[in-house]
Amino acid sequence: MNVSADRDVCIGAGMCVMTTDAIFDQDDAGIVVVLADPVPDGELTRVREAVKLCPSGALRLLAD
Amino acid sequence: MTQASALPPALPPLHMRRTHFDPTPELRQIRESMGVQKIETMFGTPAYLVTRHDDIREILADAERFSNRRPPGFNIPGTPAATADEQADVRAGNLLGLDPPEHQRLRRMLSPEFTVRRMKRLEPRIVEIVEQHLDAMQRGGAPAELVASFALPIPSLVICELLGVPYRDREAFGRRAARQLDLSIPVAERFGLQREGREYMRSLVMGARRDPGEDMLGMLVRDHGTELSDNELIGIAGLLLLAGHETTSNMLSLGTLALLRHPEQLAAVRDDPDAVGPAVEELVRYLSIVQSGIPRVTTIGVEVAGVHIPAGQVVVLSLPSGNRDPQLIDAPDVLDIHRGAAGHLGFGHGVHHCLGAPLARMEMRIAFPALLRRFPGLALAEPFTGVDFRRFHFIYGLSSLMVTW
Repeated sequence: MNVSADRDVCIGAGMCVMTTDAIFDQDDAGIVVVLADPVPDGELTRVREAVKLCPSGALRLLAD
Repeated sequence: MTQASALPPALPPLHMRRTHFDPTPELRQIRESMGVQKIETMFGTPAYLVTRHDDIREILADAERFSNRRPPGFNIPGTPAATADEQADVRAGNLLGLDPPEHQRLRRMLSPEFTVRRMKRLEPRIVEIVEQHLDAMQRGGAPAELVASFALPIPSLVICELLGVPYRDREAFGRRAARQLDLSIPVAERFGLQREGREYMRSLVMGARRDPGEDMLGMLVRDHGTELSDNELIGIAGLLLLAGHETTSNMLSLGTLALLRHPEQLAAVRDDPDAVGPAVEELVRYLSIVQSGIPRVTTIGVEVAGVHIPAGQVVVLSLPSGNRDPQLIDAPDVLDIHRGAAGHLGFGHGVHHCLGAPLARMEMRIAFPALLRRFPGLALAEPFTGVDFRRFHFIYGLSSLMVTW
């Protein structure tokens, strides 16, 4: 599975980083950066959670 | 203004009614039956109250069909009629009154200041502030009034330092902040206080224009000073000061009271560092202090919970109801700090999701366990039934709380 982050939509709330900082980070402007793509199986549950929680709807989980 | 309208209302509007921590059962009835009900807002104007978690979440995520702009020429009843220019001045910089893409422009200037990493850098200073206030409480001895000695000054000092507001002015703007959002204060007085607050903020903005400091106001002037009007700077800074004051402080007082009423959960927050993060989320959900209802205006005809709402109507979203919806979690009326359920609406959702949420979380994660560890025998020093809840306030909380240890 891959995760995509729309950096134009992102508002920098940081919910994804709070959910799993192994996969998501924020740049100096606070905007989302994806650290690991494709998503390792062990992180999939947390990434799904981050996609669901993202306030701006910037994250999408994509099938291979 | 007539004599009658100068009197405080006997009851808050339906969606703000509560008993202690719980929203009124009327909200549950609406949520379980129609889901949406026509109500009168606090200004006596008609609106559609939305009560279900999933509907609220969907509306908050849909800025195109549910706008934050007020209809042109909209004046709140009881306030002096304002010209379009005056309205634009007051709205400038108020992120909560904007839609994308204008909202994104301002939000992007502020998001670097609230990243998870920035918050971690603030942590030692927040710990220090918390410890200083606990020291002072201890020196003063029991009993103590928790709001004035702990819950209010900690977030207040933090936001002042962050923003660049002199802490010595706290009494004046603290009083304004508390009264401005209190529905039992006549609307004309509340708007007068808002104007006073803007004048105060104008003086700070002008100072930062002349000599930008290392704080957030200084950063905004240095990095974005040419893109931002004075009114925008006043609006942004005013909103952050108000939000920094009236939210975390009430979470700290009300959250402490909720934990005192649930002693096993209080012990877990005190003794188990891993319990603290989930406990903060659960307290934010369970207490839902932003109780005034989040307004949006429909831009086209929509259906919510099967109810048709025409274009140009006000919808009011009840966060306390959405956070107590069994669609979100099982047994929503139970406080259970171990459930660690995410997805609550306590910080909102969508592009207006609370900018200060990472700061609020950090303050609460530090302050709750520090208070409980300093005073392991913390207890109420007044009867629970006599505690003064802020029933009429946009932000729910406590006016005061006497504690002993």
